[in-house]
Amino acid sequence: MHRANPPVGASLPRVDGIAKVTGRARYLDDLDAPQAWFGATVRSRVPHGVLEALDRDPAFDWSQVAVATAADIPGRNVIALIEDDQPALVPIGGRVMHVDEPLALVAAPTKALAFAAAKALHPRIRPLPPVFTIDDALAGAQQLYKDDNVFKQFLIRKGHTTDAELDAAFASAAQVIEGTYWTSPQEQMYIEPQAMMAEWVDGRCHIVGSMQCPYYVHKAMKALLGCDADGVVIAQSVTGGGFGGKEEYPSMLAAHVALLAAAAKRPVKIVYERDEDIAATTKRHPARTHHRIAVDARGEICAMDIDCVMDGGAYLTLSPVVLSRGVLHAAGPYRCPITRVRGRVVATNYPPHGAFRGFGAPQTTFAYERQMQKLARARGEDAIALRKRLALRSGDATSTGQVLGFSVGTDEVFAAVEGIAGPAPARSGTSAAGSPVRRGRGFVFYFHGAGFTGSGEQRLAGRATVAALPDGRFEVRSSSTDIGQGSITMFVQIAAAALGVDPGRVAVIDPSTSRVPDSGPTVASRTCMVVGGVVDRAARVLRARLESWGAEHGVAGDLAAIARAHGEVVGELAETVTYEPPPGIQWDDATYTGSAYPVYGWGACLVDVAVDLDTYEVAIERCIQAIDVGKAINPTIVKGQIEGGTLQALGWAVLENVVYKDGRVANANMTNCIVPTFADAPELETVLVEVPYPFGPSGAKGVGEIPMDGPAAAVANAVEDALGCAFDALPISPEAVAQSRAAWRLS
Amino acid sequence: MTAYVRPRDLAEALALRAEHPDWMVLAGGTDLMVNAIHQKVPAGIVDLWRFAPIGGITVGDGRITIGAGATWTEVERHPAIREKLAPLALAAREIGALQIQARGTVGGNVGTSSPVGDSLPALLALDCELEVASVRGHRRAPYSAWCTGYRTTQLAPDELVIAAHLPLPGANVRTAWRKVGTRRAQSISKVMGAAAIEVDAGVVVSARIGLGAVANRPIRATAVEEAVRGQRLGAQAAEAARAALRASIAPIDDVRSTAAYRLEVAENVVARFFHVS
Repeated sequence: MHRANPPVGASLPRVDGIAKVTGRARYLDDLDAPQAWFGATVRSRVPHGVLEALDRDPAFDWSQVAVATAADIPGRNVIALIEDDQPALVPIGGRVMHVDEPLALVAAPTKALAFAAAKALHPRIRPLPPVFTIDDALAGAQQLYKDDNVFKQFLIRKGHTTDAELDAAFASAAQVIEGTYWTSPQEQMYIEPQAMMAEWVDGRCHIVGSMQCPYYVHKAMKALLGCDADGVVIAQSVTGGGFGGKEEYPSMLAAHVALLAAAAKRPVKIVYERDEDIAATTKRHPARTHHRIAVDARGEICAMDIDCVMDGGAYLTLSPVVLSRGVLHAAGPYRCPITRVRGRVVATNYPPHGAFRGFGAPQTTFAYERQMQKLARARGEDAIALRKRLALRSGDATSTGQVLGFSVGTDEVFAAVEGIAGPAPARSGTSAAGSPVRRGRGFVFYFHGAGFTGSGEQRLAGRATVAALPDGRFEVRSSSTDIGQGSITMFVQIAAAALGVDPGRVAVIDPSTSRVPDSGPTVASRTCMVVGGVVDRAARVLRARLESWGAEHGVAGDLAAIARAHGEVVGELAETVTYEPPPGIQWDDATYTGSAYPVYGWGACLVDVAVDLDTYEVAIERCIQAIDVGKAINPTIVKGQIEGGTLQALGWAVLENVVYKDGRVANANMTNCIVPTFADAPELETVLVEVPYPFGPSGAKGVGEIPMDGPAAAVANAVEDALGCAFDALPISPEAVAQSRAAWRLS
Repeated sequence: MTAYVRPRDLAEALALRAEHPDWMVLAGGTDLMVNAIHQKVPAGIVDLWRFAPIGGITVGDGRITIGAGATWTEVERHPAIREKLAPLALAAREIGALQIQARGTVGGNVGTSSPVGDSLPALLALDCELEVASVRGHRRAPYSAWCTGYRTTQLAPDELVIAAHLPLPGANVRTAWRKVGTRRAQSISKVMGAAAIEVDAGVVVSARIGLGAVANRPIRATAVEEAVRGQRLGAQAAEAARAALRASIAPIDDVRSTAAYRLEVAENVVARFFHVS
């Protein structure tokens, strides 16, 4: 590994910062489109049924609007992603699978008229009995997906563990810790709602909008429009947050604006209202995890048996991949010879659950870190000491048999938290409002695989280009999107360091499928580690080529001077590089064994809570997060990622929730579907730990998701410490704490 | 086409109300803009934002008079309100975000009288009297009798709320206020309570308790007020308050909380008001 050159490791100001804080950044709804009409979506009001007809209100003047239905789809009526089970619009005679499912589209010159038209189009749906629970789905109460309602299942058997070996280990255990853990759905609540615009020019569809993954939308539109790769162009507009919520769903909006733009013969824009966005788009998968740990007389873990079921909602979307990440993290970063992990994701009649930061891992992390806490309590062992004793280190094997080699930050993250934790606060006290409070401390240790699972990165073979422009500037071209996380700035720093030029000479172009290669999606904590690594290599190759061209042609001066000389004589010089996996990565999809991820991030989190005994509110007084990120390319941006993810996790722990009633989101507004405010945030103490990854850019590995995984269990552990009873379901709302009162054991 | 009028004086405003009782009265707009896209466009708008005849806060004659057009920022920053009517100043700080506090008005809060209106329990505990005007004349109405149901009030279609009058509490009156929301800021209340307790030598002489979010309107907890009279502050008065409250409210389950939680926390909050020495 090479030493990091400046500006890598420096907190450069965000390239996009000034435009965003001054309001100059133009989000989709800000784009000038005077001819554009507004689109609106006619949605189902029932969770399950058959669409028999779409009746147009004869009193409405239909000549002033454009209408599109499933019959207008030129290609296949699917949102192509993993499986083709989800239609862009339910066809007449087709099955309605969830409330707020799109049935038809209207466009009009004004938003008000579009909404009026949508209200004048009345769907007739013959209702069918809906399925709203995991158990009903597994019991086959209604057939929603294939013959068993299971979208996907996985079975991990570490070292080919047999059921007999597992049973024997539990039978002979000195101690068994067992529990069932529930995690709740969560809304991404990006600031900018879903938004997309399309226009047809000379038979080619141009789509621009708020998204994480332009090539996902590209793939889906090729199928829907029945065109080749050149028949549709996808461009990302400035995007106000994603958190996974703009991973798969933007393909739905893209389909809708494309169809409406064809029907209206002009540009059409759809910008969701907030209530529509919360009601119709994806949420974090709710999950139920049953977890058993067998411990021997010395306190070593001898076996783990885990069964996780996630609720996938009405369509398959990304559920298999979410489940995969969930099961791959379910045994946690702990030594255990005999391990069985079963995972299933089932179909129900909720709007599809989908990608959300952490992507399955927060659900199973909550379960295993509650289990470790119960183990510590049962043994009377210190929470940190127990985890230190059992934690994976270099040379140990994960549940898939992956022997960890490099970049294992276990000891470093423990040390970082212990270095600043200090003693636990006084158990009893009085709140600012005069109520008695009870305090507790919780701790978790966890890990998160960076990049795509298994052989995913090899299959994807992400590419990126770095180009020397004739004017002496340099350009990074990738399909990775800046969705607020700072990837543009990070790419500038990596490329400038590799080229040895001032960062002001490097620009990252806006991702459009007509101008950038497919670097893969902006997901899975892969943008810095994987795509950043590709940018790093492309810049190094480009620099070497330019330098040797300069030497050959006797050009004096710095790289910019050579680029200008090359520009005059030859023109632009561009270098495109494809991802190469680190050596020794082996993965077997059939048995789920091998290197599940090229490398892991490591995290330790300590939380102090105060429970108000009058209002049962859990106040998070302190939160320390120490995260091993390999190398922080831009420490301020990395801290921002960690603190944002931490607060999202603390919100999930105590106050966020999506409340479903008869399959409909009952709290579809920002008043009732709440996220934390600054007033709810504790002083976040964030420690960046850097145990370099030899195959990442300057040693960097993924950071986007890991902070989401641990804090919820840390909060639950702290509340258990405060009140002396277990909290195994999220959210730990004041209502839940009030209900637990009979079980409190205040020490 | 929606008509729009910004009246020059109170007479014109009242005449407009009499002539067009269906027109929307606009002040800060914070209530009206919520869900505006889903509501019917009004036939006309009477704009009373920064309308001098209903603005301002004055102190005198043993009371504080707050113009219906005064914003929550003005209320929160007013030294006499902060000193004498602390529950109202505290409530003002909890209304939405700073931007909402700078636009939202006292008249708007009492005009809507939502069961979760943040200022309303404080107005009840502080014995607020509203001044209401129409072309038919001025009248006074105690806020304790103002609300007639879920977001309905005594306000006649031709009337305007002009001001809120709040008597200055005596030196032996202690006040308290508590909001239990869904989170720490910009939240809808799950339980709200405000109290003004007159005490003599550690014994409760009289008390006014206002509650929010536990019924279809903001309410006075009169059973509690009776139960604590003559009780000693501390555990005795607190337990009397708790028992009386339990028997007198029946909150509901909704998307924000549960009836059981609201009942238990309302008891705790009200009991805490008296659990002082």
